[in-house]
Amino acid sequence: MKYVDEFRDRARAESLGRAIAAAADPARQYNFMEFCGGHTHAIFRYGVQDLVPGNVHFVHGPGCPVCILPMRRLDDAIELAEAHGVILCSYGDMLRVPGSGRKSLLKAKADGADVRMVYSTLDALEIARAHPDREVVFLGIGFETTTPPSAVAIATARAEGLRNFSLFCNHVMTPPAIRHILEAPDIDPAQAVRLDGFLGPSHVSSVIGSRPYEFLAERYAKPVVIAGFEPLDVMQATLMLIHQVNEGRVNVENQYARVVTREGNVKAQDLVAQIFEVRDTFEWRGLGSVPESALRIRPEYAAYDAEAKFQLTEKESRENKACECPAILRGVKKPKDCKLFGKACTPESPMGACMVSSEGACAAYWTYRRMETLAEMAADRAAAKVAAA
Amino acid sequence: MCLAIPVQVTALLAGQMATVSAGGVVKQVSLALLDDVAVGDYVLLHVGYALHKVSEEEAQRTLALMAEAGALEESLAEMRAAP
Repeated sequence: MKYVDEFRDRARAESLGRAIAAAADPARQYNFMEFCGGHTHAIFRYGVQDLVPGNVHFVHGPGCPVCILPMRRLDDAIELAEAHGVILCSYGDMLRVPGSGRKSLLKAKADGADVRMVYSTLDALEIARAHPDREVVFLGIGFETTTPPSAVAIATARAEGLRNFSLFCNHVMTPPAIRHILEAPDIDPAQAVRLDGFLGPSHVSSVIGSRPYEFLAERYAKPVVIAGFEPLDVMQATLMLIHQVNEGRVNVENQYARVVTREGNVKAQDLVAQIFEVRDTFEWRGLGSVPESALRIRPEYAAYDAEAKFQLTEKESRENKACECPAILRGVKKPKDCKLFGKACTPESPMGACMVSSEGACAAYWTYRRMETLAEMAADRAAAKVAAA
Repeated sequence: MCLAIPVQVTALLAGQMATVSAGGVVKQVSLALLDDVAVGDYVLLHVGYALHKVSEEEAQRTLALMAEAGALEESLAEMRAAP
């Protein structure tokens, strides 16, 4: 059975693999965090890990928007759909994520709530126009690529006087999360030491530019290479990181210069700044409370803010204790370290968000490395038994 | 959800909208996040919004690669599924 896709430039990939092998010092380990779930997916889809030497490791980061949304916020969205009777519009990825009591938006829909999968905030606006008698809430999730579309939706709603549209804002930002991983000792003090550099996200960086990463090089002495989405991009960027590490350089480099500039998409940034402001703190699954890491809607636009418009109840949302999603999102555990992987938790019947989203690490391991992972888990269990005996 | 797909602008519409096409799928998208887009330009499309202009060469290369990996069909299906 073939899980991993071949790609046309196999020869080029292999030659890049050889260049990486030649550059990587066999006497040391290289741990690079790919922040973005899209990169995680590409690394698995194309088997990039197998094309680089064993001492070059990809540490999967928390850049999967579906994965990092804490259960409390999902429970809030379900409450909006069920108790407040709104039409709740959501990107498809979010629908199957289990909330409290394993209830998902899809389950709420099956129970009669009006939950609709949309491709774009444009679709949510269209639904609001078509149902002037109903409240329509868009569940806004994601990093800097999905925030501008949410900003446009609010600006459009205001311009049109579309008073039945609002946004439940859960938009988060990439640089503060990276800072948190390096800075917060309660997360894992060893992680900051262990990481040798970062692969910067592709499309997020096309919006924010490369400048917001410069503090990482300056303050934390970690090199960053912004990488395109294609497997060859990831490999090229990995080679650039290895060179920086070997030469003791810490720079922000841009492998994806054909799309990413230092300034980014200023028009999108201005729109976001007009509609949103920074929250003091926001809860992330896996990272806990991360200061100044998320956005909320400015008071001037409160009429379009679902959190201002609807009274949401206090909840005691508890994550499933056995689910290792939080540690996996911090990059300190792998899916094989989770007892639920492949047993209680599969994409068909997910226990945690990392198994739901195709950008989640667990889903990537399940899709592309299932057999290897299950074999490693069995070997780990056997070793533990021997050690205990 | 993070993936953006290169599409070609085929017509400019009112209200900062445009018609684009990719792999036989024709769709109306928003140009609200970009300036100076012309018919024939290639843009990276993300959740219904053009995020960035790309060269034709870059667009074709990415599309070919996505097609090979089956990722193009997934993205197009997402676009088609919209109400």
